[in-house]
Amino acid sequence: MHKLYNNNLLAPGHTACRGCGEALGARLVLNAAGPKTIVTNATGCLEVFSTRYPQSAWEVPWIHSLFENSAAVASGVAAALKSMGREDEARVIAQGGDGGTADIGLQALSGTLERGDDVLYVCYDNEAYMNTGVQRSGLTPPGAHTTTSPVGKVSIGNKTNKKDLPSIVAAHHIPYMATASVGFPADLQRKVKKAVSIKGPKYIQVFVPCPLGWGSDPALTIKIAKLIVETALFPLYEKEDGKLTSLRKLVKRKPVSEYFKLQKRFAHLFKTEEGKREMERIQAIADKNAEEYGLTSKPKAP
Amino acid sequence: MFAAIEGSLAVAEAVKRCKPDVVSAYPITPQTHIIEELAKMIANGELKAEYVNVESEHSAASVVLGASATGARAYTATTSQGLLLMVEVLYCIAGLRLPVVLGAANRAVSAPINIWNDFQDTMAARDTGWIQLYAENNQEASDLHIQAYKIAENKDVRLPVMVCMDGYLITHSIEPVRIPSKEEVDKFLPSYRPEHCLTTKEPLTFGYLMGSEGYMETRYLIHEAMENAKGVIEDVAKDFSSVFGRFCGGLVEEYRLDNAQFVFVSMGTMVGVIKEAVDALRTEGKKVGALKIRSFRPFPKEAVIKALKGAAGVMVIEKDVSLGSAGALALEVKDTLYGLKKMPKVKGYIAGLGGREVLNETIVKALTLFDSDVKEPVFLDLKESVEGRKYA
Repeated sequence: MHKLYNNNLLAPGHTACRGCGEALGARLVLNAAGPKTIVTNATGCLEVFSTRYPQSAWEVPWIHSLFENSAAVASGVAAALKSMGREDEARVIAQGGDGGTADIGLQALSGTLERGDDVLYVCYDNEAYMNTGVQRSGLTPPGAHTTTSPVGKVSIGNKTNKKDLPSIVAAHHIPYMATASVGFPADLQRKVKKAVSIKGPKYIQVFVPCPLGWGSDPALTIKIAKLIVETALFPLYEKEDGKLTSLRKLVKRKPVSEYFKLQKRFAHLFKTEEGKREMERIQAIADKNAEEYGLTSKPKAP
Repeated sequence: MFAAIEGSLAVAEAVKRCKPDVVSAYPITPQTHIIEELAKMIANGELKAEYVNVESEHSAASVVLGASATGARAYTATTSQGLLLMVEVLYCIAGLRLPVVLGAANRAVSAPINIWNDFQDTMAARDTGWIQLYAENNQEASDLHIQAYKIAENKDVRLPVMVCMDGYLITHSIEPVRIPSKEEVDKFLPSYRPEHCLTTKEPLTFGYLMGSEGYMETRYLIHEAMENAKGVIEDVAKDFSSVFGRFCGGLVEEYRLDNAQFVFVSMGTMVGVIKEAVDALRTEGKKVGALKIRSFRPFPKEAVIKALKGAAGVMVIEKDVSLGSAGALALEVKDTLYGLKKMPKVKGYIAGLGGREVLNETIVKALTLFDSDVKEPVFLDLKESVEGRKYA
């Protein structure tokens, strides 16, 4: 085995697609957290591509049961470790995709955060239900084509704004939360290390491109994961005890069109007047983010 | 210790002595007294366990799933809609072969909403892979909880156990109960040592993806474990009697079956009513008896055949119904007896839904209607009319 693969806690050989942002994200998260980790996983691509019987890519104790209960199972693991005096044995990380976290798993996530359970929840956000074939989730961005928000004669794709899950999480006043992107792996791993050093509930939402679902070149996963941050559509920040403690500032903010043009799910926005208007509306969202978070000045025209 | 005690409190006392590491539950009537008492015991330091207050029954079941997979002894309790909400997780707990124990305070299901007793809730969880034991009274509800852990954790079983208790009739009724001592329970129930669990000492993958090459075999293994459980349930009852000096448990209980021509078959507190009816009918010279099904899953076919093979008629009376078909227990009994050389005639009756009281007269009516041509399942004690609509 190549030495690069030594000590990977998500071992190679799993069946994720080429350029899968989620596989990359999970590997970065686990390697940063280290082997003293117990993982609970929601149903989804990550579970499917890593545990096809009789093989498993997980080098840490790992459990999957259902789509919506990763957080609650993690709470059970944490309670058991505490009750049996095994707290020092392992940290508990719960994982889920955007659907498993923001939609069907939101209630269980809220319970875990509100109770103060010693769990790090990591949401791998690829903005749709990819495992079932690219259906719209609550984190699908406006204008995106998915199989259940298709572009059609009277539709320009997903009509709703992306649910502001980090703000919902922040409302639980947990000790640590962050947003991250696989486009900035060192930043992601630093955040994971910090999160697992803190007792209590932690949350990290990691932006992970899905070439298959987004119609993007698998070779461009990192580029796209950087671009969304650089457009201000996905600001990277940390909050500790409710206070903003870090923010990735943008030297040169990019227009959203630069991010959109690399993905077929947004291709229609370039073709019609209505699409262009929608793109302008999304640009305004990015502008608002930039202003709200103080990311940078206005983007330069391409 | 002998005490006049509410069923829920007797159950909590039993659970406390089993020393669960993690208790998680969501409040729902009539399960609340059990979990309130356990929360109090934990708050007072009488029981050293983590109590996890969750936001739903789905999460309660998920918490005990996670805790049990980590090697903890875990307990939850629920009823009715709460149990229905749990069902998705219940399948998983059984599939992962986790020895969780769940107290089910049997209650009707919506709509219309009704908080009173029947068995429609646990019957909806019939096929989840959980062992289901039904208690007749407070003593059994308490004792079966202690036995449940020993059955569930047996290496030939490794399946979760649901102890089913009639809501209110057990959970809120006060009866004299022998509360076992801590020493007795310690002697009877060893601490839980799982063969495998979530631990960094042995990083294993639980809950993997399994295709058609092996899924069917995992289901077969659960079925096989259920078959094993039949013997284990009997053995555990014997162990119980040797430690506690009194018998409780086993797959079935026979009541006055000597020369019985007509046998009532039922589960839960209704068996108590049936026993009284049998006594009264016996004094009138009627050759009747009763068979209590304590273990509905696994279903004790062999014991049922042994008990019923000499009978002329069998009346199955139950507090559940598979709408559009029959009562679940009647279907089991018919299936079990089918093909016997001298197969008794079996008739299925539905009674006591939504807390409608089952009286001595209800039981006698079942016997009276046995030879009538009234259509099965026979709904006993239907009102002649409700809101102008004719029923019977």
